[in-house]
Amino acid sequence: MKAEKINELYFGDVDHPVTTYDRRDFLKRLGGGIIIIMSFSELSFLTGCKTKQDEERPDFNAYLHIKEDGSVDCLTGKIEMGQGVITSLAQELADELEVPFKSVNMVMGDTDLCPYDAGTWGSLTTRFEGPVIRAAGAEAREILIGLAAKELGVSEKQLEASEGEVFDKNDKSKKISYADLTKGQRIVQQLKKAPELKKSKDFDIIGKSVISTDAVDKVTGKAVFSGDIKLPGMVYATIVRPRVWGSKKLSVDASGLDDFEGAELVEDGDLVAVVHPDPEVASKAAQKVNVEWDAPESKADNETIFKYFVDNITESEVNEEGGMLSSGREACETIVEAEYHDGYKAHSPVEPHTATCYFEGDKLTMWASTQTPFGTREALAETFSMPKEKVHLKQNFLGGGFGGKIYNPQAIEAARIAKLSGKPVQLAYTRREEFFNDYFRPAAVVRSASGVDSEGKLKLWEFDIYCAGSRGTGLSYLYDIPNNRTRTFNKGDIHPFSTGAWRAPGNNTTTFARESQIDATAHAAGIDPLEFRLNNITNPEMKATLELAAETFNWNKEKPEGHGYGISLGWDAGTYVAMIAEVKVDKATGEVQPIRVVCAQNMGQVVNPHGAKVQTEGGITMGLGYALTEEMEFDWGRVITRNFDSYHFTKFSMTPEIESVFADNMDAAPQGGGEPAIICVGGAIANAVFDACGARVNRQPITPERILAALG
Amino acid sequence: MKQNVSFNLNGKPVEVEVNGDESLLTVIRTYLDHTGTKYGCGMGHCGSCTILIDKEPVRSCMMYAEDVAGKEITTIEGLAKGEELHPVQKAFVEHDALQCGYCTPGMIMNATGLLLKKPDMTREEIIEGMEENLCRCGSYMRIIDAIQTAGKEMKGGM
Repeated sequence: MKAEKINELYFGDVDHPVTTYDRRDFLKRLGGGIIIIMSFSELSFLTGCKTKQDEERPDFNAYLHIKEDGSVDCLTGKIEMGQGVITSLAQELADELEVPFKSVNMVMGDTDLCPYDAGTWGSLTTRFEGPVIRAAGAEAREILIGLAAKELGVSEKQLEASEGEVFDKNDKSKKISYADLTKGQRIVQQLKKAPELKKSKDFDIIGKSVISTDAVDKVTGKAVFSGDIKLPGMVYATIVRPRVWGSKKLSVDASGLDDFEGAELVEDGDLVAVVHPDPEVASKAAQKVNVEWDAPESKADNETIFKYFVDNITESEVNEEGGMLSSGREACETIVEAEYHDGYKAHSPVEPHTATCYFEGDKLTMWASTQTPFGTREALAETFSMPKEKVHLKQNFLGGGFGGKIYNPQAIEAARIAKLSGKPVQLAYTRREEFFNDYFRPAAVVRSASGVDSEGKLKLWEFDIYCAGSRGTGLSYLYDIPNNRTRTFNKGDIHPFSTGAWRAPGNNTTTFARESQIDATAHAAGIDPLEFRLNNITNPEMKATLELAAETFNWNKEKPEGHGYGISLGWDAGTYVAMIAEVKVDKATGEVQPIRVVCAQNMGQVVNPHGAKVQTEGGITMGLGYALTEEMEFDWGRVITRNFDSYHFTKFSMTPEIESVFADNMDAAPQGGGEPAIICVGGAIANAVFDACGARVNRQPITPERILAALG
Repeated sequence: MKQNVSFNLNGKPVEVEVNGDESLLTVIRTYLDHTGTKYGCGMGHCGSCTILIDKEPVRSCMMYAEDVAGKEITTIEGLAKGEELHPVQKAFVEHDALQCGYCTPGMIMNATGLLLKKPDMTREEIIEGMEENLCRCGSYMRIIDAIQTAGKEMKGGM
């Protein structure tokens, strides 16, 4: 799937599996055993979830293979980037299939071995792949029990499976292993009906806390990332970049390369690179190549970009509307109007974008740090006009993604350089290139008006969003406001550089704006922010989630001097989130120290409570960065932020005590876990800062300077 | 000017030909194929390339090979004894103090260096010693817990 298509989906609410037709001929290559193939769109009948009618049904997106030795391979096009699905998917399969957890081997994201997948993003894996894998595991178990009935000469009803064996319930010595049952078999079956899935009371592995299965490889340095690959005869590439993003090449003077033995210039349109067998020589030589660039003129910088948006984006779309705004205004006793700003944020995975590749005959093989191996394969096939079956993206680990590795310019650049130089190539972005080439989380503006009547009931809600999309803004999940309108204002070419999906796209910005606005309205009406919210929520899940957070946090406990509490609610990827933060603010300096964050979530079934907790902690820790410190500095395409000394994300000392609690909902469908928690951090921190010192800062990040300015 | 530099890498003597102006990180990763040590920023800001030189944690991206002539270098590959993980590695696994795993080798090497000097660090001392090692996935809380656990087992020895 193309990155632009992902963006379109990602900034809205994805409520269906994302699939694309791609018939593949895998099965011939597999040996004996039992193979169950499955497609994520089968969810439509498994869980009643709707799929888009215009999408073609794929043959399959994943399959499981019980091999003749009894071990189980699960092959899926999803990738592992730290979010833990390598562990949780194996839990789901092992539980339904009744095999030891350790006998499941996950094979992920390899385009030759795994069936097509649209990419790992949108907190989709657990929501849409997990249930299908469970169903496939259950169906395989039924097949094995059927085989065992014949072998053991007893009825299927009398048999039960456990730990990779089928045994007679009446005589447990009568048993046969999956390995023995599978030997000599060759059964290929497409998941056709929804097999009977286990109820939560019968779970052995689902719902149990399991430590990441890849942890040992990661603590010993054995985990392979795309820059760890070294090929015979490989050269390292350094690209000569312009100072301003979007510049066009005018001329190249490469005479400086004469001083570097073995250095070669590769030039292809605006791509200018130097390759050398030694990465540092390539880098030094590239600095001696002089390129004259034609740079676009500056139209705005990190301070003026907000006004630029409002002045230049005039077209809007109404996303949600109810009642009458004019009668809403009349019903209100108190009306609050405010504008919120949010700067560009970088993804900043600690592993920069990297690709290692080689051409052999008519085939291209690549290891790339990508969240979309199949999309990258398509893009490469298109670039070189070759059949996509001739492009092979190999499985490897990713050093973080957060949405930034949906986009893979490095893969295309590396392959172009490999093609032109005729050698295997590794292209590993420097930190500066990683900042320069990022598909940034867009800067955004939100304009809002809200009002309450004399009873403290919200009667008016106007929410105009510039550049952040509508994801997670649906009022039915959040507040009950009879007169409302949510509009999105967008323009395709408005940004000075590439922008894209950043962990829960748009929802971080809009949740910050909404929850700040709700808080300001509560204060204007003189009502406690918790009471105010509870009085204006009718959605039972949202209400219960907030109550769980308030109880866990102990909202009414006494505040130490200089401390403040802030609430934020949100909805993302099917999950309800309620967060309460405690911060300490130094009024003299404006410094904020997060003390404690409580996060309550209703994410439906929690497959791996430990993994869900780790994702929540990670989301909150990452979120503190966008809330308090992260902001790109630029003058249009001249990206001034270049390294971690000027782009500050959360460090050890900023990390608060984090407590995450989940609603007990184990028989419900699982919802998103990778993204939801992060959306509430900005609002919770902003409101806690206000509570601590009275500074209402409507711009993220909430820096000491902005706090001092708000204090006046 | 090409020159030869000798040092011990994870207990084994190595001799490597260098240009002299490349970073020790490149020497370790590219020339000596020890890819467990990672590049993160190239300017000493993130700590992903942390190794031990004579038991002292340093950022290998900020060092030259000639700086380590005759010294003992330990990388992430040199911590475990065969299959038996080093106490810090073990504690990182037990606490699941990692997500994507990319910053992990640098975290573990820095933590090991700190613990060798003081196995019973307070939480504040751990935060101060680890502050400039960056983790984008947000595993800091767990890393602090893991270091405290490892310290109890190490009691000053490797």
